Amino acid sequence: MTTFDSHGILVIGFGNPAREDDGIGPAVAEEIEKLAIDGIEVDADYQLTVEDAAAVAEHDAVVFVDASIEGDEPYTFTPLAPKREETFSSHSVSPEGVMGLARDLFDSDANGYMLGIRGYSFEMFTEKMTGQAHENMIKAIDFLVPMLRAGSLEKVCQ
Amino acid sequence: MAIDSNNLKKITIEPVTRVEGHGKVTLLLDDNNKIQQARLHVVEFRGFERFIQGRPYWEVPVLVQRLCGICPVSHHLAAAKAMDRIVGGEKLTPTGEKMRRLMHYGQFFQSHALHFFHLCSPDLLFGFGSDPLKRNVIGVAKEFPELAVQGVMMRKYGQEIIKATAGKKVHGTGAIPGGINKNLSIAERDSLLKDLEQMIEWSHKSLEIAKNYTVENLSDIASFGSFDSNHVSLVRDDGAMDLYHGNLRGIDKDGNRILDDIDYQNYTDYIAEEVRDWSYMKFPFLKDLGPEKGWYRVGPLARINACDFIDTPDAEAARKEFMAVTDNKPNNISMAYHWTRMIELLHSIEKIKELLNDSDLQGDDLVTKGERRNEAVGLIEAPRGTLFHHYKVNDDDQVVMANLIVSTTNNNEAMNSAVRGIADEYLSGNEITEGLLNHIEVGIRAYDPCLSCATHAMGQMPLIVELYDSEDNLLDRKVKG
Repeated sequence: MTTFDSHGILVIGFGNPAREDDGIGPAVAEEIEKLAIDGIEVDADYQLTVEDAAAVAEHDAVVFVDASIEGDEPYTFTPLAPKREETFSSHSVSPEGVMGLARDLFDSDANGYMLGIRGYSFEMFTEKMTGQAHENMIKAIDFLVPMLRAGSLEKVCQ
Repeated sequence: MAIDSNNLKKITIEPVTRVEGHGKVTLLLDDNNKIQQARLHVVEFRGFERFIQGRPYWEVPVLVQRLCGICPVSHHLAAAKAMDRIVGGEKLTPTGEKMRRLMHYGQFFQSHALHFFHLCSPDLLFGFGSDPLKRNVIGVAKEFPELAVQGVMMRKYGQEIIKATAGKKVHGTGAIPGGINKNLSIAERDSLLKDLEQMIEWSHKSLEIAKNYTVENLSDIASFGSFDSNHVSLVRDDGAMDLYHGNLRGIDKDGNRILDDIDYQNYTDYIAEEVRDWSYMKFPFLKDLGPEKGWYRVGPLARINACDFIDTPDAEAARKEFMAVTDNKPNNISMAYHWTRMIELLHSIEKIKELLNDSDLQGDDLVTKGERRNEAVGLIEAPRGTLFHHYKVNDDDQVVMANLIVSTTNNNEAMNSAVRGIADEYLSGNEITEGLLNHIEVGIRAYDPCLSCATHAMGQMPLIVELYDSEDNLLDRKVKG
């Protein structure tokens, strides 16, 4: 089995910036990247795909950041369990599915977390976040950054 | 004889799993439970062209990547090629053109690898009729773990090339009007060279799987969702397959030239789009032949059929072997898309090797420009087929018109024909069997459609199957996924 020497924390923000609040994930990734925190790698994409499993396997832990349509305000932070998705489109692999592939293909035991930031409007082709979603995003970043600086995501999930 | 649709039963399949985005299939039955109509639908509206209007032209190559998270590079490059002409910079510098080509071949490599290993290989490795709980990528991971890993690592390699040439995935800015905004550093080149030979070896193995499957199952798949059609693709001036640039060539089912290597700036003289009231996706056709006879296929099968040769040795040898199956006549078998896709995978990695060893990639002459224009067309062969971007720009540099014909739209009629043929063969009675669903999905997947791209939408829905009687009463409903 192909394996990787894992180290550090990966933050993956995903979503489409042209769908209003769906752009929260990439926007968070951009803000975290600016901070250049030691041991933290940042990535952003429109959606998760299979090669993200290899990226997960290269790290000790991963934080997936996405807009939430119905979740609690301003954000939720929850641990993720790897999952075997029996049918899925490469268009959109779930965070749990990526974790499952990382485990099955690369023997990864990375810890996964989901930072779901509440969004409100997801209309196509509007490249601007709503004000409330932006406020939620700021609060979520304030929550996440201290943990990243400490190199630990063990804080009580909320 | 005209069919009265009001007296037909209707089976709806929505969406097709393991294709990008979502769509649905509607089968209309007559009172004898025979297929009378087969339609592949898309359910979202088109709105992207309006999003572009009013934006400055130099933003367009970045904005169009929002169209689709699966093939943003293709839209990025097609738009950039159009904007090259807007700034009069279509004759790129060697560094500019070769960086773009490297980006493009990286996109082909990752897209074809993803489709083959994670979308179609379950069908090929386990067979169409096998247990659907096993016939998926998890099943492949369990029984063929080395192949599942190869698929991920090949996809990852292609993405690394894209990162080195285009920049960030969400805000890729590599191609700009008239050129490129960076060259390839020695460190980036050496990093990509490190895994190159492994990628070449895996590409050969992938091609073997697709070829052996096709040859060993030829009698079964020859008629599976297959039909005669025209084929359209870009070819280079000398007739070679060229995925980045060339003239538009069309051939009929026998290989006769029906579109004679035209300059794609004039594509509206030759190609039109038909609107049908039941679909948001248009139906392109060659004007000279009309909508009934002028529709065509695009993508790997069309490209291999239409070109005279491939300019990389191993892919050319594979092309010859492929064409020999049909005595050098066009191959019209839908399932042959898989074999041709792997020939292109090999061609892409051969081209990547060629480019990585070309010192022009470290050049500093990145951008050119010339006489400003107000209208331009950018065409490129995307992994799924020919992609058209057409723009008009006013004197204030704002886009005032945009028209896109995406690859999947070009294959619209072909996919409908495939569904119709499969439904004719596999529908029995008025029951929606698992076998029928599987076969329709397999047929559509051969074309690797990107429905999110075709409809300019993103999203995912479960598979819903509905059966209606002739009076539109729901008889049966199944949900999958």
